[in-house]
Amino acid sequence: MNPRAVWAIYRVEMARAFRTVLQSIISPVISTSLYFVVFGSAIGSRITEIDGISYGAFIVPGLMMLSLLTQSISNASFAIYFPKFVGSIYELLSAPVSYLEIVIAYVGGAATKSILLGLIILATASLFVPLRIEHPFWMVAFLVLTAVTFSLFGFIIGIWAKTFEQLQLVPLLIITPLTFLGGSFYSIHMLPGVWKTITLFNPVVYLISGFRWSFFGKADVSVGVSLGMTLAFLAVCIAIVAWIFKTGYRLRN
Amino acid sequence: MSSIITIAGVTKTYATGFKALKEINLDIQRGEIFALLGPNGAGKTTLISIVCGIVNRSSGTVTVDGHDIGRDYRAARGLIGLVPQELTIDAFETVWATVNYSRGLFGKPANKAFVEKVLRDLSLWEKKDAKAITLSGGMKRRLMIAKALSHEPRVLFLDEPTAGVDVELRQDMWEMVRRLREDGVTIILTTHYIEEAEAMADRVGVINKGEIILVEGKAELMRKLGRKQMTLELRAPLGAVPEALSRYALELSADGGQLTYTYDNQSDRPGVASLLRDLGAAGIEFRDLDTQNSSLEEIFVNLLRQDQ
Ligand SMILES: Nc1ncnc2c1ncn2[C@@H]1O[C@H](COP(=O)(O)OP(=O)(O)OP(=O)(O)O)[C@@H](O)[C@H]1O
Ligand SMILES: [Mg+2]
Repeated sequence: MNPRAVWAIYRVEMARAFRTVLQSIISPVISTSLYFVVFGSAIGSRITEIDGISYGAFIVPGLMMLSLLTQSISNASFAIYFPKFVGSIYELLSAPVSYLEIVIAYVGGAATKSILLGLIILATASLFVPLRIEHPFWMVAFLVLTAVTFSLFGFIIGIWAKTFEQLQLVPLLIITPLTFLGGSFYSIHMLPGVWKTITLFNPVVYLISGFRWSFFGKADVSVGVSLGMTLAFLAVCIAIVAWIFKTGYRLRN
Repeated sequence: MSSIITIAGVTKTYATGFKALKEINLDIQRGEIFALLGPNGAGKTTLISIVCGIVNRSSGTVTVDGHDIGRDYRAARGLIGLVPQELTIDAFETVWATVNYSRGLFGKPANKAFVEKVLRDLSLWEKKDAKAITLSGGMKRRLMIAKALSHEPRVLFLDEPTAGVDVELRQDMWEMVRRLREDGVTIILTTHYIEEAEAMADRVGVINKGEIILVEGKAELMRKLGRKQMTLELRAPLGAVPEALSRYALELSADGGQLTYTYDNQSDRPGVASLLRDLGAAGIEFRDLDTQNSSLEEIFVNLLRQDQ
């Protein structure tokens, strides 16, 4: 093992975030506030409650998930794409570092950043609406699991991408729509029949549902299924990363 | 001397189907300075990248101090420092941060005094808090050398280290290379400045179109393949080369005042001694005599021409 290398990479990744600390903190604070102004006030005045939860509180887990997913992916994909793009990846490849260590460092860095971001959003939201968290352990578990899973997913995209365009394609075309259609701002029970069924093929539904359950004890789908789906996606990402490293795909060719 | 790097039967076919290395067998001796020469696209960078773990080989084995670069990659890579051909640094990091990062990446404990020494040796200490993006090209090149030296490697690869570096700095750089060798570091370099190989290297390897076409000690190479020229300043100008001397294929200068004789150590042309005797017999007197060895550059160009 080369723990010093893991630490060196992790530290550089975190330093990158702290260099832009203003942007990393202020932008989520502003966007969360805007969501509350737009959704909380405008829509919340029409929909007062969902499942007995005030609409303002109801959207908080979805809002956190939305940022968690997009930020995990963009942090991790950029972190590995950037050295590939400028060529400084040569150093990483020539260092006595195992693939596992590379993944731990980059994914760890990206996940840490998005978890911190999630917590900032939570703190900002609590200024607007009174919040309770019924299952804090599961809340943290879902937070960490989602951050790690989607950082891994971002890492895969970063290795796969050959251009900046490709780097932004997956988050833009797949993740953002899935998140918005994943019940961030509504309960899927509010959808008409056929859409409800279609929605069940959206993996993000399970993440948001499970996460919301940890807050309010109420969920669109059962928590066990949510947890199972999250773990399944994590397993798929791990398998892909393992394959990438076994073949040297787009890294050592 | 034992070898520190053994390259056996290494080939590389890129994903495009291009065969960049045909079958490379090469031993690098412990503690030597080895110059790898070859025209653009010969496969120098590919070969270096394979040894350093940046590119996967298609077949063959490489060991570094007995450690296989595949099975025992940690031990093998830990011994190697690489300065790549391209200037590729994270532009937003400071000099100090990026060099310490490199050291950490190679698993070495932090050592501020050592990193400071490396930066001072490369005249980068004043720039330690500068971001890489603010450095000049030559400074960036030195920063890449500092990164490669940060983990105290036993083998140093320099892929065209002096491209874009001014004359004075180039001298400093070679001075540093010599010091490293005195500390027992093995150095493998590629360069297009053949004078550099000539001045620095213990041995020279020539690679062309993915094949090593020659490996020789520099001195032997110059002796074996180098041509010599002898120029005679004549007392009285000649109108033409006398018939009696025709077998020497002498060249007469335009004004008839100089005779030039070109010979190499391996050819069956008659030697200098017999020429001088025959000149005396023909009654040609000379004021002065001068001999020159051909440079490594000429040898190199000739080799490639033969390899066509
Ligand atoms: N990733 C790649 N995919 C396909 N072909 C490649 C790749 N990298 C290099 N090549 C080809 O392999 C050959 C050898 O390239 P290499 O960079 O090793 O040459 P070199 O000897 O270092 O040349 P130079 O003196 O210009 O640096 C070239 O023909 C090059 O086009
Ligand atoms: Mg090259």
